[in-house]
Amino acid sequence: MNWKATIGLEVHIHLKTKSKMFSGSAASFGAEPNSQASIIDLGFPGTLPVLNKTAVDMAIKFGLAVEATVANESIFARKNYFYPDLPKGYQISQHSHPIVQNGYLDIVLKNGISKKIGITRAHLEEDSGKSLHEDFHGKTGIDLNRAGMPLLEIVSEPDITSAEEAVAYLKTLHTLVQQLDICTGNMQEGAFRCDVNVSVRPKNQKEFGTRTETKNLNSFRFVERTINYEIERQINILKNGGTVIQQTLLFDVAKNETRPMRAKEEATDYRYFPEPDLLPLKVTDEMIQKISKQIPELPKEKRERFAKDYKLNNYIANLLANNQDMSSYFETVAKKIDPTLAANWIFGELSAALNKAELSILQSPISATELAQLLARIEDGTVSGKIAKTIFERLWHGEGTTDEIIEKQSLKQVTDENAIEKIIDQVLRDNPDELAAYRAGKDRLFGFFVGQVMQLSTGKANPQQVNDLLKKKLL
Amino acid sequence: MHTKTLLELSDALKHKKISSIELTQHFLDRIKKFDPMLNAFITITERTALREARKADERISKNQASVLTGIPIAHKDVFCTADIKTSCGSKMLDNFVSPYDATCVQKLKNTGMVLLGKTNMDEFAMGSSNENSYYGPVKNPWDLDKVPGGSSGGSCAAVAARMVPIATGTDTGGSIRQPAALSGVTGLKPTYGRVSRFGMIAFASSLDQAGVIAKTAEDVAVLLNDFAGFDPNDSTSADNPVPDFTAHLNKSISGLHIGLPKECFNEQLDAKMADKIYAAAKEFEKQGAILHDIDLPMMRAGMPAYYVVAPAEAASNLARYDGVRFGHRCDNPKDLEDLYARSRSEGFGDEVKHRIFTGTYVLSSTHYNAYYKKAQQIRTLIRRDYENAFKNIGIILTPTSPTTAFSIGSRMKDRIQMYLSDVFTVSISLAGLPGISIPAGFLNNLPVGVQLIGNYFEESTLLNVAHRYQQVTDWHLKIPEKFRGE
Repeated sequence: MNWKATIGLEVHIHLKTKSKMFSGSAASFGAEPNSQASIIDLGFPGTLPVLNKTAVDMAIKFGLAVEATVANESIFARKNYFYPDLPKGYQISQHSHPIVQNGYLDIVLKNGISKKIGITRAHLEEDSGKSLHEDFHGKTGIDLNRAGMPLLEIVSEPDITSAEEAVAYLKTLHTLVQQLDICTGNMQEGAFRCDVNVSVRPKNQKEFGTRTETKNLNSFRFVERTINYEIERQINILKNGGTVIQQTLLFDVAKNETRPMRAKEEATDYRYFPEPDLLPLKVTDEMIQKISKQIPELPKEKRERFAKDYKLNNYIANLLANNQDMSSYFETVAKKIDPTLAANWIFGELSAALNKAELSILQSPISATELAQLLARIEDGTVSGKIAKTIFERLWHGEGTTDEIIEKQSLKQVTDENAIEKIIDQVLRDNPDELAAYRAGKDRLFGFFVGQVMQLSTGKANPQQVNDLLKKKLL
Repeated sequence: MHTKTLLELSDALKHKKISSIELTQHFLDRIKKFDPMLNAFITITERTALREARKADERISKNQASVLTGIPIAHKDVFCTADIKTSCGSKMLDNFVSPYDATCVQKLKNTGMVLLGKTNMDEFAMGSSNENSYYGPVKNPWDLDKVPGGSSGGSCAAVAARMVPIATGTDTGGSIRQPAALSGVTGLKPTYGRVSRFGMIAFASSLDQAGVIAKTAEDVAVLLNDFAGFDPNDSTSADNPVPDFTAHLNKSISGLHIGLPKECFNEQLDAKMADKIYAAAKEFEKQGAILHDIDLPMMRAGMPAYYVVAPAEAASNLARYDGVRFGHRCDNPKDLEDLYARSRSEGFGDEVKHRIFTGTYVLSSTHYNAYYKKAQQIRTLIRRDYENAFKNIGIILTPTSPTTAFSIGSRMKDRIQMYLSDVFTVSISLAGLPGISIPAGFLNNLPVGVQLIGNYFEESTLLNVAHRYQQVTDWHLKIPEKFRGE
């Protein structure tokens, strides 16, 4: 039987505000435990929440960027449950009336095909504190610095069907929220984390299968591994006639598998109801207009511009659009050089070297201007592509500018027809057997002669001229 | 001294006829003498009171005093007070000292008022008799075998016995107006949002409103000037201008349209009680007001809706008392579950537990639509009822409570009877309207209260009407016999 997977992602992003969602406490990461928890964060009797307006602006900004509806009125609700790191006994969230609804994100897959992934909703809520189970000798420590941190929870439509799509979606989202300047994107600090819902069903079945939810993944790799593991696990269960249980899972990084959280978590009835301490959140058209002016060029717009202006394929355009540093590097080079040549070098030679040296593009030893100079020498025929690679290596090691290296190493391409002819004659003389075989019809030997000529010229002969002249001589 | 109004006391202080220390000592002496009979106070703050009084005297001597400087007050123990225990009438918070002052406490502190103590109340403001207090019931100064009403029973009894000139209270479904009526004092519940809730321990957030209990409507108006107002720390507080509530106290009420809801004056109302209320209405008529019978068909749905909405919010508001950060914590918890279960079982009284169960039930996903959602719909209809009524009339007049003060212990076994003593007050709370209860006579030597209901933010009108009534009657000046002496 053929199987089909359906994946839904719930991404929690920490909004990059100075203070918390409902109190004036600082919202920075890494402070001494409980040093950023006010009476409001501690849920002291009599305290009340006051909504952080910057967090609202950020949610609106996100909504506009994913072309969603920003609700003119949204409502905060209480999600009630007991846990020691949840000081009030409820989390203030948005339930039936979220601020952002019906948006989408375009993702581009490796084969260059783009796909629209729906965003059901995004809502504002406060984070809980942290329970620390280590270092307390059987007791539990509670750090409430995180309690009340502002979160935007972004929920995708069940449009995603593979781990590859899921990761592409997450990476696109990750770039977007950083470009919008609403999230640091720091995954180690939990500023961008993800819950993954997975279900499978036979290809011909209409209804979704039973889903599982894996909580709190904070790396793209874990998301990929979780999804692949879950799809396989669920297919195996169904193949053997079993049923998948709807449950909440944790991903065990060490064992590379998912396993159920305590069953008790499942039975919770959150008893949502409208938060009576906050008024309905009103968003005016003026607010929306003001914020829409603050939105920078979005990855999607950039991708479309790159594809159109630079005639790049969708995949390359998308890679650039989703990497701010890479795209400014590219644009510097592409101003002077054929964009396709520029892109090929940036994603080929340069990326490989950067990866090998574990450097980011900002740390590249070869600046965009330097690369442009090198590529200009290919374009004007001074050097061949092959020689350019040698020069690239020397540039990387800081052995001077392109022109200096060409000069010093006499790497200039030989374009003098007489000189090339001399070399060709030499090669034909040295290989009489091959010449005879070629003339008897073995066409494939043409490449052999080109190779010999290039070798004899130490790579400097202009390949096009070699081709043309050889053809004449071999007639 | 204890019979004087706030303005008279203020004048005496200003003209150095008395010092704040003397005034404070006078009331502290009365508390010492009378409170053992009444149990109106949970905490008496003698030392800090005298210190505050000294500071007030300095302010007065430097001519930096406001109207309220140096005047003693008591706060219901639901308001957080820095460095002074705030128990909310519960064992759960018996050990709780707030690190901060409630906004309204702070505001009155800033005027230089002198805090005498924190008054007794039903646990977490849940009750109509003050019998649900961890600190024992409060007695009614008019008859020590009767309840003073609740939940602000301590504040009302304290004012009635003249142990304090004025006190604060809170009203969620009638908790200022009903005990004011049963204790024979004047009690105002302002419009929802008029006074900040920040620092007021929450019972039902969408209904809770701080208010004032005093001898006269004029005293209420004087205090309200400094008590009311927008608070950036309370998102539900109203950003409306605060008028001078004393400015229109003597305005004529001639031509004022007063509505008497048929739903209140039916065969279920005791005839003698009805007579007293009609008599009060006649006093207004004498001054030129025009009486109308009106219909408030949704009023009868107020009680059931209230007992869904209030417990729902309470169950959530009281979840924070889990033994983890503050308040009562059980001894030697076995595990987390045990810590929660025993801390809460030991810390909360029966009525609080009952309401937590009810609230949890009505919010559960299987019952939400049948109860909570329905109650909210009723709430909208009630609000509409009142909005329609106020298109044609200026104020509404009803009994505050169907009966006078009842015997201690008489309704503790019958929850419905207990709840019904708020039958005329809860729908006003659901609508968020302001209401005031003023003394309007006696039945069998127990006070009767009449309730006046105004349109949103029309406290000035209510206080004006109440004041005019108190200019021609003296019910509000009566002092229970045992407390008449110095």
